[in-house]
Amino acid sequence: MRRSGTGAKLISVPYVVWAALFIIAPLFFVVYYSFTNAAGQFTLDNIHLLTKYIPTFLRSIWFGIVATLICLLIAFPTAYIISQKSDKIQRTMILLVMLPMWMSFLIRTYSWMAILQDTGLINSFLVKIGIDPVHMINTGGAVILGMVYNFLPYMIMPIYSVMAKLDFSMVEAAQDLGSNRINVIRRCIIPMSIPGVISGITMVFVPSVSTFYISQKLGGGSFDLIGDVIERQFQQSYNYNLGASLSLVLMILILLSMAVMNHFSDEGEMVI
Amino acid sequence: MKTLSKIYVALVFIFLYAPIAVLIVFSFNDSTSTVVMSGFSLRWYKILLADGTTLKAVYNTLILAVCSSVISTVLGTAASIGIEKYKKSIFRSSVMAATNVPMMNPEIVTGVSMMLLFVFIGRALRIESVLGFATILIAHITFSLPYVILTVLPKLRQTDKNLAEAAQDLGCKPVSAFFKVVLPAIMPGIVTGMIMAFTLSLDDFIITYFTSGPGFQTLPIVIFSMTKKRVKPDMYALSALIFLSILILLILYNIAQVKSEEKIKKKRG
Repeated sequence: MRRSGTGAKLISVPYVVWAALFIIAPLFFVVYYSFTNAAGQFTLDNIHLLTKYIPTFLRSIWFGIVATLICLLIAFPTAYIISQKSDKIQRTMILLVMLPMWMSFLIRTYSWMAILQDTGLINSFLVKIGIDPVHMINTGGAVILGMVYNFLPYMIMPIYSVMAKLDFSMVEAAQDLGSNRINVIRRCIIPMSIPGVISGITMVFVPSVSTFYISQKLGGGSFDLIGDVIERQFQQSYNYNLGASLSLVLMILILLSMAVMNHFSDEGEMVI
Repeated sequence: MKTLSKIYVALVFIFLYAPIAVLIVFSFNDSTSTVVMSGFSLRWYKILLADGTTLKAVYNTLILAVCSSVISTVLGTAASIGIEKYKKSIFRSSVMAATNVPMMNPEIVTGVSMMLLFVFIGRALRIESVLGFATILIAHITFSLPYVILTVLPKLRQTDKNLAEAAQDLGCKPVSAFFKVVLPAIMPGIVTGMIMAFTLSLDDFIITYFTSGPGFQTLPIVIFSMTKKRVKPDMYALSALIFLSILILLILYNIAQVKSEEKIKKKRG
Protein backbone atom coordinates (compact mmCIF):
# COMPACT_ATOMS: atom_id res chain seq x y z
CA MET A 1 0.00 0.00 0.00
CA ARG A 2 2.80 2.36 0.79
CA ARG A 3 4.26 2.11 -2.68
CA SER A 4 1.50 0.88 -4.96
CA GLY A 5 -1.41 2.88 -3.49
CA THR A 6 -2.23 5.39 -6.21
CA GLY A 7 -1.40 2.99 -9.04
CA ALA A 8 -3.73 0.36 -7.66
CA LYS A 9 -6.44 2.93 -7.06
CA LEU A 10 -6.25 4.02 -10.70
CA ILE A 11 -7.10 0.58 -12.07
CA SER A 12 -10.64 0.92 -10.78
CA VAL A 13 -11.14 3.90 -13.11
CA PRO A 14 -12.45 1.84 -16.09
CA TYR A 15 -15.12 0.32 -13.88
CA VAL A 16 -16.09 3.67 -12.39
CA VAL A 17 -16.53 5.07 -15.90
CA TRP A 18 -18.47 1.96 -16.93
CA ALA A 19 -20.77 2.19 -13.91
CA ALA A 20 -21.41 5.88 -14.55
CA LEU A 21 -22.25 5.23 -18.21
CA PHE A 22 -24.23 2.00 -17.99
CA ILE A 23 -25.60 1.85 -14.44
CA ILE A 24 -26.21 5.46 -13.40
CA ALA A 25 -26.89 7.15 -16.76
CA PRO A 26 -29.69 4.69 -17.72
CA LEU A 27 -31.50 5.57 -14.49
CA PHE A 28 -31.40 9.24 -15.48
CA PHE A 29 -32.87 8.30 -18.84
CA VAL A 30 -35.77 6.55 -17.09
CA VAL A 31 -36.49 9.82 -15.27
CA TYR A 32 -35.93 11.90 -18.42
CA TYR A 33 -38.33 9.81 -20.54
CA SER A 34 -40.92 9.79 -17.72
CA PHE A 35 -41.19 13.56 -17.77
CA THR A 36 -41.05 14.18 -21.53
CA ASN A 37 -43.25 13.36 -24.51
CA ALA A 38 -42.25 11.70 -27.79
CA ALA A 39 -40.96 15.05 -29.10
CA GLY A 40 -38.73 15.48 -26.06
CA GLN A 41 -40.72 18.29 -24.41
CA PHE A 42 -41.43 18.42 -20.70
CA THR A 43 -44.81 16.99 -19.74
CA LEU A 44 -46.61 15.46 -16.77
CA ASP A 45 -48.99 13.44 -18.99
CA ASN A 46 -47.21 10.15 -18.32
CA ILE A 47 -47.48 10.70 -14.59
CA HIS A 48 -51.22 11.50 -14.88
CA LEU A 49 -51.74 8.36 -16.97
CA LEU A 50 -50.30 6.26 -14.14
CA THR A 51 -53.54 6.50 -12.15
CA LYS A 52 -55.09 4.21 -14.78
CA TYR A 53 -52.65 1.50 -13.76
CA ILE A 54 -53.17 1.62 -9.99
CA PRO A 55 -55.28 -1.62 -10.03
CA THR A 56 -52.49 -3.36 -11.99
CA PHE A 57 -49.89 -2.20 -9.49
CA LEU A 58 -52.03 -3.39 -6.59
CA ARG A 59 -52.58 -6.79 -8.24
CA SER A 60 -48.83 -7.18 -8.85
CA ILE A 61 -48.04 -6.37 -5.23
CA TRP A 62 -50.76 -8.71 -3.97
CA PHE A 63 -49.63 -11.61 -6.19
CA GLY A 64 -46.02 -10.94 -5.21
CA ILE A 65 -46.83 -11.03 -1.49
CA VAL A 66 -48.89 -14.24 -1.79
CA ALA A 67 -46.21 -15.99 -3.89
CA THR A 68 -43.49 -14.90 -1.45
CA LEU A 69 -45.41 -16.18 1.56
CA ILE A 70 -46.14 -19.54 -0.09
CA CYS A 71 -42.45 -19.84 -1.05
CA LEU A 72 -41.46 -19.10 2.54
CA LEU A 73 -43.89 -21.70 3.90
CA ILE A 74 -42.58 -24.37 1.52
CA ALA A 75 -38.91 -23.40 1.69
CA PHE A 76 -38.40 -23.08 5.44
CA PRO A 77 -39.13 -26.72 6.35
CA THR A 78 -37.32 -27.89 3.18
CA ALA A 79 -34.19 -25.96 4.06
CA TYR A 80 -34.34 -27.21 7.65
CA ILE A 81 -34.74 -30.86 6.61
CA ILE A 82 -31.88 -30.59 4.09
CA SER A 83 -29.59 -28.96 6.67
CA GLN A 84 -30.12 -31.95 8.99
CA LYS A 85 -28.78 -34.49 6.47
CA SER A 86 -25.20 -35.71 6.13
CA ASP A 87 -22.77 -33.53 4.14
CA LYS A 88 -22.90 -35.72 1.05
CA ILE A 89 -26.70 -35.85 0.89
CA GLN A 90 -26.88 -32.11 1.60
CA ARG A 91 -24.66 -31.37 -1.39
CA THR A 92 -26.68 -33.58 -3.73
CA MET A 93 -29.99 -32.14 -2.57
CA ILE A 94 -28.79 -28.57 -2.97
CA LEU A 95 -27.61 -29.41 -6.48
CA LEU A 96 -31.08 -30.79 -7.18
CA VAL A 97 -32.65 -27.57 -5.87
CA MET A 98 -30.45 -25.45 -8.13
CA LEU A 99 -30.54 -27.64 -11.23
CA PRO A 100 -33.94 -26.46 -12.53
CA MET A 101 -32.73 -22.85 -12.38
CA TRP A 102 -30.19 -23.63 -15.08
CA MET A 103 -32.90 -24.42 -17.59
CA SER A 104 -34.73 -21.72 -19.49
CA PHE A 105 -37.56 -20.51 -17.26
CA LEU A 106 -39.54 -19.82 -20.42
CA ILE A 107 -39.70 -23.48 -21.35
CA ARG A 108 -40.38 -24.63 -17.79
CA THR A 109 -43.24 -22.17 -17.45
CA TYR A 110 -44.58 -23.25 -20.82
CA SER A 111 -44.44 -26.84 -19.66
CA TRP A 112 -46.81 -25.95 -16.81
CA MET A 113 -49.32 -24.96 -19.48
CA ALA A 114 -49.33 -28.54 -20.72
CA ILE A 115 -49.89 -29.73 -17.17
CA LEU A 116 -52.62 -27.27 -16.17
CA GLN A 117 -54.64 -26.98 -19.41
CA ASP A 118 -58.31 -27.91 -19.46
CA THR A 119 -57.33 -30.92 -21.55
CA GLY A 120 -53.92 -31.11 -19.90
CA LEU A 121 -52.18 -33.81 -17.93
CA ILE A 122 -53.86 -33.26 -14.56
CA ASN A 123 -57.33 -33.00 -16.07
CA SER A 124 -56.96 -36.04 -18.33
CA PHE A 125 -55.87 -37.95 -15.23
CA LEU A 126 -58.87 -36.68 -13.27
CA VAL A 127 -61.25 -37.68 -16.07
CA LYS A 128 -59.68 -41.13 -16.23
CA ILE A 129 -60.34 -41.79 -12.56
CA GLY A 130 -63.85 -40.38 -12.90
CA ILE A 131 -63.55 -36.89 -11.40
CA ASP A 132 -64.81 -33.78 -13.17
CA PRO A 133 -62.02 -31.71 -14.72
CA VAL A 134 -60.96 -28.59 -12.84
CA HIS A 135 -60.35 -25.31 -14.62
CA MET A 136 -56.84 -24.26 -13.64
CA ILE A 137 -55.10 -22.47 -16.50
CA ASN A 138 -55.73 -18.73 -16.97
CA THR A 139 -56.56 -18.18 -13.32
CA GLY A 140 -54.84 -16.05 -10.72
CA GLY A 141 -53.89 -19.24 -8.91
CA ALA A 142 -52.02 -20.51 -11.96
CA VAL A 143 -50.02 -17.27 -12.13
CA ILE A 144 -49.09 -17.54 -8.45
CA LEU A 145 -48.19 -21.19 -8.95
CA GLY A 146 -45.87 -20.15 -11.77
CA MET A 147 -44.21 -17.58 -9.53
CA VAL A 148 -43.79 -20.02 -6.65
CA TYR A 149 -42.41 -22.65 -9.01
CA ASN A 150 -39.90 -20.32 -10.67
CA PHE A 151 -38.62 -18.57 -7.56
CA LEU A 152 -38.81 -21.27 -4.88
CA PRO A 153 -35.07 -22.09 -5.19
CA TYR A 154 -34.27 -18.43 -4.44
CA MET A 155 -36.02 -18.88 -1.09
CA ILE A 156 -34.58 -22.31 -0.25
CA MET A 157 -30.96 -21.36 -0.99
CA PRO A 158 -30.41 -18.41 1.39
CA ILE A 159 -32.39 -20.04 4.23
CA TYR A 160 -30.46 -23.26 3.78
CA SER A 161 -27.08 -21.50 3.75
CA VAL A 162 -27.87 -19.81 7.06
CA MET A 163 -29.16 -23.04 8.60
CA ALA A 164 -26.17 -25.06 7.41
CA LYS A 165 -23.91 -22.70 9.36
CA LEU A 166 -26.13 -22.62 12.44
CA ASP A 167 -24.45 -23.37 15.71
CA PHE A 168 -26.33 -26.44 16.81
CA SER A 169 -24.79 -26.38 20.26
CA MET A 170 -27.35 -23.63 20.94
CA VAL A 171 -30.12 -26.00 19.96
CA GLU A 172 -28.66 -28.72 22.16
CA ALA A 173 -28.36 -26.26 25.02
CA ALA A 174 -32.02 -25.34 24.61
CA GLN A 175 -32.96 -29.02 24.67
CA ASP A 176 -30.79 -29.61 27.73
CA LEU A 177 -32.55 -26.76 29.45
CA GLY A 178 -35.85 -28.49 28.87
CA SER A 179 -37.18 -26.92 25.68
CA ASN A 180 -39.46 -29.15 23.67
CA ARG A 181 -39.19 -29.53 19.91
CA ILE A 182 -41.65 -26.78 18.99
CA ASN A 183 -40.04 -24.33 21.40
CA VAL A 184 -36.59 -25.12 19.98
CA ILE A 185 -37.83 -24.29 16.49
CA ARG A 186 -39.70 -21.19 17.63
CA ARG A 187 -37.12 -19.76 20.01
CA CYS A 188 -33.85 -20.92 18.42
CA ILE A 189 -33.99 -21.94 14.79
CA ILE A 190 -36.42 -19.33 13.48
CA PRO A 191 -34.71 -16.29 15.07
CA MET A 192 -31.27 -17.48 14.00
CA SER A 193 -32.31 -17.98 10.38
CA ILE A 194 -33.89 -14.52 10.01
CA PRO A 195 -31.04 -13.15 7.79
CA GLY A 196 -31.62 -15.99 5.31
CA VAL A 197 -35.37 -15.47 5.41
CA ILE A 198 -34.98 -11.73 4.77
CA SER A 199 -32.79 -12.18 1.72
CA GLY A 200 -35.02 -15.02 0.50
CA ILE A 201 -38.04 -12.73 0.72
CA THR A 202 -36.36 -10.00 -1.36
CA MET A 203 -35.04 -12.53 -3.88
CA VAL A 204 -38.56 -13.90 -4.46
CA PHE A 205 -40.62 -10.73 -4.10
CA VAL A 206 -38.65 -8.57 -6.56
CA PRO A 207 -38.87 -10.93 -9.57
CA SER A 208 -42.48 -11.88 -8.71
CA VAL A 209 -43.71 -8.29 -8.66
CA SER A 210 -41.94 -7.44 -11.92
CA THR A 211 -42.53 -10.60 -13.97
CA PHE A 212 -44.25 -10.45 -17.32
CA TYR A 213 -43.85 -13.85 -18.93
CA ILE A 214 -45.45 -16.02 -16.26
CA SER A 215 -48.62 -13.93 -16.14
CA GLN A 216 -48.98 -13.98 -19.94
CA LYS A 217 -48.59 -17.74 -20.25
CA LEU A 218 -50.40 -19.00 -17.15
CA GLY A 219 -52.81 -16.08 -16.71
CA GLY A 220 -53.84 -16.04 -20.36
CA GLY A 221 -53.82 -12.26 -20.58
CA SER A 222 -56.61 -11.69 -18.08
CA PHE A 223 -54.25 -11.15 -15.14
CA ASP A 224 -52.11 -8.30 -16.35
CA LEU A 225 -49.24 -7.50 -14.03
CA ILE A 226 -47.19 -4.34 -14.06
CA GLY A 227 -44.41 -6.12 -15.96
CA ASP A 228 -46.85 -6.96 -18.75
CA VAL A 229 -47.89 -3.33 -19.08
CA ILE A 230 -44.27 -2.14 -19.19
CA GLU A 231 -43.33 -4.82 -21.71
CA ARG A 232 -46.20 -3.79 -23.97
CA GLN A 233 -45.17 -0.12 -23.95
CA PHE A 234 -41.70 -1.05 -25.17
CA GLN A 235 -42.35 -3.97 -27.50
CA GLN A 236 -45.81 -3.29 -28.96
CA SER A 237 -47.16 0.21 -28.59
CA TYR A 238 -43.72 1.88 -28.55
CA ASN A 239 -44.79 4.42 -25.95
CA TYR A 240 -41.36 4.66 -24.31
CA ASN A 241 -42.38 7.64 -22.19
CA LEU A 242 -45.28 5.92 -20.48
CA GLY A 243 -43.16 2.76 -20.15
CA ALA A 244 -40.43 4.79 -18.48
CA SER A 245 -42.80 6.34 -15.95
CA LEU A 246 -44.24 2.90 -15.09
CA SER A 247 -40.69 1.57 -14.64
CA LEU A 248 -39.84 4.53 -12.44
CA VAL A 249 -42.76 3.75 -10.13
CA LEU A 250 -41.86 0.04 -10.07
CA MET A 251 -38.27 0.93 -9.17
CA ILE A 252 -39.34 3.25 -6.34
CA LEU A 253 -41.76 0.60 -5.08
CA ILE A 254 -39.02 -2.04 -4.95
CA LEU A 255 -36.56 0.33 -3.26
CA LEU A 256 -39.16 1.19 -0.61
CA SER A 257 -39.94 -2.45 0.10
CA MET A 258 -36.21 -3.24 0.30
CA ALA A 259 -35.76 -0.39 2.77
CA VAL A 260 -38.58 -1.85 4.87
CA MET A 261 -37.01 -5.33 4.72
CA ASN A 262 -33.57 -3.99 5.63
CA HIS A 263 -35.12 -2.26 8.58
CA PHE A 264 -36.16 -5.67 9.91
CA SER A 265 -32.74 -7.28 9.53
CA ASP A 266 -29.99 -6.16 11.88
CA GLU A 267 -27.28 -6.04 9.28
CA GLY A 268 -28.44 -4.99 5.85
CA GLU A 269 -26.24 -7.52 4.12
CA MET A 270 -27.51 -10.04 1.62
CA VAL A 271 -26.85 -13.71 2.16
CA ILE A 272 -26.51 -15.49 -1.15
CA MET B 1 -41.43 -37.52 11.98
CA LYS B 2 -38.62 -38.91 9.86
CA THR B 3 -40.90 -40.42 7.24
CA LEU B 4 -43.02 -37.29 7.28
CA SER B 5 -40.01 -35.12 6.47
CA LYS B 6 -38.98 -37.53 3.73
CA ILE B 7 -42.42 -37.34 2.12
CA TYR B 8 -42.33 -33.55 2.42
CA VAL B 9 -38.98 -33.18 0.67
CA ALA B 10 -40.07 -35.70 -1.98
CA LEU B 11 -43.16 -33.61 -2.69
CA VAL B 12 -41.07 -30.45 -3.04
CA PHE B 13 -38.77 -32.18 -5.51
CA ILE B 14 -41.71 -33.58 -7.47
CA PHE B 15 -43.05 -30.03 -7.72
CA LEU B 16 -39.66 -28.72 -8.91
CA TYR B 17 -39.14 -31.48 -11.47
CA ALA B 18 -42.69 -32.12 -12.76
CA PRO B 19 -42.50 -29.69 -15.70
CA ILE B 20 -39.00 -30.88 -16.57
CA ALA B 21 -40.12 -34.51 -16.58
CA VAL B 22 -43.10 -33.58 -18.75
CA LEU B 23 -40.98 -31.87 -21.35
CA ILE B 24 -38.40 -34.65 -21.48
CA VAL B 25 -41.09 -37.30 -21.93
CA PHE B 26 -42.93 -35.34 -24.62
CA SER B 27 -39.73 -34.55 -26.51
CA PHE B 28 -39.88 -38.21 -27.56
CA ASN B 29 -43.51 -37.99 -28.62
CA ASP B 30 -44.45 -39.09 -32.11
CA SER B 31 -47.06 -36.36 -32.65
CA THR B 32 -47.04 -32.59 -32.10
CA SER B 33 -49.16 -32.95 -28.99
CA THR B 34 -47.68 -32.00 -25.65
CA VAL B 35 -50.52 -33.66 -23.77
CA VAL B 36 -51.13 -37.09 -25.31
CA MET B 37 -48.29 -39.54 -25.84
CA SER B 38 -48.85 -41.29 -29.15
CA GLY B 39 -45.62 -43.21 -29.60
CA PHE B 40 -41.87 -43.00 -29.19
CA SER B 41 -39.84 -41.21 -31.83
CA LEU B 42 -36.69 -39.18 -32.24
CA ARG B 43 -38.09 -37.00 -35.00
CA TRP B 44 -38.08 -33.79 -32.92
CA TYR B 45 -34.39 -34.25 -32.23
CA LYS B 46 -33.76 -34.66 -35.96
CA ILE B 47 -35.83 -31.59 -36.77
CA LEU B 48 -34.00 -29.64 -34.07
CA LEU B 49 -30.56 -30.55 -35.38
CA ALA B 50 -31.59 -29.66 -38.93
CA ASP B 51 -32.89 -26.27 -37.83
CA GLY B 52 -30.38 -23.54 -38.63
CA THR B 53 -31.87 -20.72 -36.52
CA THR B 54 -31.75 -22.69 -33.28
CA LEU B 55 -28.14 -23.83 -33.76
CA LYS B 56 -27.14 -20.30 -34.76
CA ALA B 57 -28.80 -19.05 -31.56
CA VAL B 58 -26.89 -21.60 -29.47
CA TYR B 59 -23.67 -20.39 -31.09
CA ASN B 60 -24.59 -16.72 -30.49
CA THR B 61 -25.41 -17.42 -26.86
CA LEU B 62 -22.07 -19.13 -26.24
CA ILE B 63 -20.05 -16.38 -27.97
CA LEU B 64 -21.87 -13.74 -25.97
CA ALA B 65 -21.40 -15.59 -22.68
CA VAL B 66 -17.66 -16.05 -23.30
CA CYS B 67 -17.10 -12.39 -24.27
CA SER B 68 -19.20 -10.91 -21.48
CA SER B 69 -17.80 -13.17 -18.75
CA VAL B 70 -14.17 -12.52 -19.74
CA ILE B 71 -14.60 -8.74 -20.02
CA SER B 72 -16.65 -8.45 -16.82
CA THR B 73 -14.14 -10.60 -14.93
CA VAL B 74 -11.18 -8.44 -16.00
CA LEU B 75 -13.03 -5.16 -15.37
CA GLY B 76 -14.52 -6.39 -12.11
CA THR B 77 -11.27 -7.78 -10.70
CA ALA B 78 -9.43 -4.54 -11.52
CA ALA B 79 -12.27 -2.59 -9.93
CA SER B 80 -12.17 -4.70 -6.77
CA ILE B 81 -8.43 -4.15 -6.34
CA GLY B 82 -8.92 -0.40 -6.68
CA ILE B 83 -11.98 -0.29 -4.43
CA GLU B 84 -10.19 -2.29 -1.74
CA LYS B 85 -7.47 0.39 -1.56
CA TYR B 86 -9.99 3.06 -0.67
CA LYS B 87 -10.80 2.53 2.96
CA LYS B 88 -13.88 4.17 4.38
CA SER B 89 -14.55 7.04 2.00
CA ILE B 90 -17.46 8.62 0.18
CA PHE B 91 -15.94 7.40 -3.06
CA ARG B 92 -15.93 3.80 -1.92
CA SER B 93 -19.46 3.84 -0.57
CA SER B 94 -20.87 5.53 -3.67
CA VAL B 95 -19.12 3.06 -5.99
CA MET B 96 -20.50 0.18 -3.93
CA ALA B 97 -23.98 1.73 -3.98
CA ALA B 98 -23.81 1.93 -7.79
CA THR B 99 -22.60 -1.67 -7.88
CA ASN B 100 -25.65 -2.80 -5.93
CA VAL B 101 -28.10 -1.12 -8.31
CA PRO B 102 -28.27 -3.86 -10.98
CA MET B 103 -28.62 -6.51 -8.25
CA MET B 104 -31.49 -4.77 -6.47
CA ASN B 105 -33.41 -3.37 -9.43
CA PRO B 106 -35.98 -5.63 -11.05
CA GLU B 107 -34.47 -7.07 -14.23
CA ILE B 108 -37.17 -5.48 -16.36
CA VAL B 109 -36.19 -2.02 -15.07
CA THR B 110 -32.49 -2.68 -15.77
CA GLY B 111 -33.38 -3.85 -19.27
CA VAL B 112 -35.71 -0.95 -19.98
CA SER B 113 -33.30 1.68 -18.61
CA MET B 114 -30.44 0.41 -20.79
CA MET B 115 -32.74 0.25 -23.80
CA LEU B 116 -33.68 3.90 -23.26
CA LEU B 117 -30.00 4.87 -23.07
CA PHE B 118 -29.17 2.98 -26.28
CA VAL B 119 -32.20 4.30 -28.14
CA PHE B 120 -31.37 7.86 -27.09
CA ILE B 121 -27.76 7.51 -28.23
CA GLY B 122 -28.94 5.84 -31.44
CA ARG B 123 -31.22 8.78 -32.20
CA ALA B 124 -28.53 11.33 -31.36
CA LEU B 125 -26.02 9.62 -33.66
CA ARG B 126 -28.67 8.84 -36.28
CA ILE B 127 -27.95 5.11 -36.25
CA GLU B 128 -30.85 3.18 -37.78
CA SER B 129 -30.91 0.03 -35.65
CA VAL B 130 -28.75 0.56 -32.62
CA LEU B 131 -29.81 -2.62 -30.79
CA GLY B 132 -27.60 -5.59 -31.62
CA PHE B 133 -24.59 -7.56 -30.47
CA ALA B 134 -22.81 -4.52 -29.01
CA THR B 135 -25.76 -3.41 -26.88
CA ILE B 136 -26.45 -6.95 -25.60
CA LEU B 137 -22.76 -7.35 -24.77
CA ILE B 138 -22.72 -4.05 -22.83
CA ALA B 139 -25.88 -5.08 -20.98
CA HIS B 140 -24.53 -8.51 -20.06
CA ILE B 141 -21.22 -7.09 -18.85
CA THR B 142 -23.12 -4.55 -16.75
CA PHE B 143 -25.34 -7.06 -14.96
CA SER B 144 -22.43 -9.50 -14.44
CA LEU B 145 -20.00 -6.96 -12.97
CA PRO B 146 -21.62 -6.74 -9.50
CA TYR B 147 -21.42 -10.52 -9.08
CA VAL B 148 -17.71 -10.54 -10.03
CA ILE B 149 -16.93 -7.66 -7.67
CA LEU B 150 -18.89 -9.17 -4.79
CA THR B 151 -17.04 -12.48 -5.10
CA VAL B 152 -13.56 -10.98 -5.57
CA LEU B 153 -13.76 -8.27 -2.86
CA PRO B 154 -14.15 -10.68 0.10
CA LYS B 155 -11.17 -12.70 -1.16
CA LEU B 156 -9.08 -9.54 -1.34
CA ARG B 157 -10.09 -8.66 2.20
CA GLN B 158 -8.99 -12.09 3.41
CA THR B 159 -5.55 -11.85 1.79
CA ASP B 160 -2.80 -10.74 4.12
CA LYS B 161 -1.68 -7.27 3.02
CA ASN B 162 1.78 -7.94 4.42
CA LEU B 163 2.37 -10.65 1.82
CA ALA B 164 2.48 -8.20 -1.07
CA GLU B 165 4.66 -5.86 0.95
CA ALA B 166 6.99 -8.69 1.89
CA ALA B 167 7.35 -9.57 -1.79
CA GLN B 168 8.19 -5.94 -2.55
CA ASP B 169 10.69 -5.80 0.31
CA LEU B 170 12.34 -8.85 -1.22
CA GLY B 171 12.79 -6.91 -4.45
CA CYS B 172 9.63 -7.57 -6.43
CA LYS B 173 8.27 -4.65 -8.43
CA PRO B 174 4.68 -3.77 -7.32
CA VAL B 175 3.26 -5.19 -10.56
CA SER B 176 5.04 -8.52 -10.33
CA ALA B 177 4.30 -8.69 -6.59
CA PHE B 178 0.66 -8.44 -7.58
CA PHE B 179 0.87 -11.21 -10.18
CA LYS B 180 2.99 -13.50 -8.00
CA VAL B 181 1.35 -13.03 -4.63
CA VAL B 182 -2.04 -11.29 -4.67
CA LEU B 183 -3.49 -12.79 -7.87
CA PRO B 184 -2.98 -16.45 -6.84
CA ALA B 185 -4.54 -15.67 -3.47
CA ILE B 186 -7.73 -14.21 -4.96
CA MET B 187 -7.93 -16.69 -7.87
CA PRO B 188 -10.76 -18.81 -6.37
CA GLY B 189 -12.92 -15.68 -6.10
CA ILE B 190 -12.11 -14.66 -9.67
CA VAL B 191 -12.99 -18.12 -11.00
CA THR B 192 -16.29 -18.21 -9.05
CA GLY B 193 -17.15 -14.74 -10.33
CA MET B 194 -16.38 -15.72 -13.90
CA ILE B 195 -18.49 -18.88 -13.71
CA MET B 196 -21.37 -16.83 -12.29
CA ALA B 197 -21.00 -14.23 -15.04
CA PHE B 198 -20.94 -16.99 -17.66
CA THR B 199 -24.07 -18.76 -16.43
CA LEU B 200 -25.95 -15.49 -15.86
CA SER B 201 -25.25 -14.51 -19.44
CA LEU B 202 -26.25 -17.94 -20.83
CA ASP B 203 -29.55 -17.87 -19.04
CA ASP B 204 -30.61 -14.24 -19.27
CA PHE B 205 -33.82 -13.52 -21.05
CA ILE B 206 -35.40 -10.35 -19.64
CA ILE B 207 -32.52 -7.90 -20.04
CA THR B 208 -31.52 -9.38 -23.41
CA TYR B 209 -35.12 -9.08 -24.57
CA PHE B 210 -35.03 -5.30 -24.17
CA THR B 211 -31.51 -4.70 -25.47
CA SER B 212 -31.47 -7.01 -28.51
CA GLY B 213 -32.50 -6.39 -32.08
CA PRO B 214 -33.50 -8.72 -34.88
CA GLY B 215 -29.89 -9.00 -36.05
CA PHE B 216 -28.54 -10.96 -33.09
CA GLN B 217 -30.70 -13.53 -31.35
CA THR B 218 -29.72 -15.55 -28.33
CA LEU B 219 -31.27 -18.88 -27.42
CA PRO B 220 -33.69 -17.51 -24.78
CA ILE B 221 -34.92 -14.95 -27.33
CA VAL B 222 -35.54 -17.68 -29.92
CA ILE B 223 -37.31 -19.80 -27.31
CA PHE B 224 -39.46 -16.79 -26.37
CA SER B 225 -40.56 -16.14 -29.93
CA MET B 226 -41.35 -19.83 -30.32
CA THR B 227 -43.48 -19.94 -27.16
CA LYS B 228 -45.50 -17.05 -28.56
CA LYS B 229 -46.85 -19.49 -31.12
CA ARG B 230 -47.71 -23.07 -30.23
CA VAL B 231 -44.59 -24.81 -29.05
CA LYS B 232 -43.65 -27.86 -31.02
CA PRO B 233 -41.80 -30.64 -29.21
CA ASP B 234 -38.55 -29.61 -30.92
CA MET B 235 -38.22 -26.94 -28.22
CA TYR B 236 -38.76 -29.69 -25.67
CA ALA B 237 -36.03 -31.71 -27.36
CA LEU B 238 -33.69 -28.75 -27.11
CA SER B 239 -34.47 -28.28 -23.43
CA ALA B 240 -33.96 -31.98 -22.78
CA LEU B 241 -30.51 -31.73 -24.40
CA ILE B 242 -29.64 -28.64 -22.34
CA PHE B 243 -30.81 -30.39 -19.18
CA LEU B 244 -28.70 -33.45 -19.97
CA SER B 245 -25.55 -31.42 -20.63
CA ILE B 246 -25.95 -29.40 -17.41
CA LEU B 247 -26.56 -32.59 -15.46
CA ILE B 248 -23.39 -34.17 -16.85
CA LEU B 249 -21.34 -31.02 -16.15
CA LEU B 250 -22.60 -30.85 -12.56
CA ILE B 251 -21.94 -34.54 -11.93
CA LEU B 252 -18.39 -34.20 -13.32
CA TYR B 253 -17.84 -31.10 -11.18
CA ASN B 254 -19.07 -32.94 -8.10
CA ILE B 255 -16.83 -35.95 -8.75
CA ALA B 256 -13.84 -33.65 -9.20
CA GLN B 257 -14.68 -31.86 -5.96
CA VAL B 258 -15.05 -35.08 -3.98
CA LYS B 259 -11.75 -36.39 -5.41
CA SER B 260 -9.84 -33.24 -4.51
CA GLU B 261 -11.28 -33.39 -0.99
CA GLU B 262 -10.15 -37.00 -0.67
CA LYS B 263 -6.67 -35.97 -1.79
CA ILE B 264 -6.50 -33.29 0.89
CA LYS B 265 -7.68 -35.78 3.50
CA LYS B 266 -5.03 -38.30 2.41
CA LYS B 267 -2.30 -35.66 2.59
CA ARG B 268 -3.39 -34.74 6.09
CA GLY B 269 -3.81 -38.39 7.13
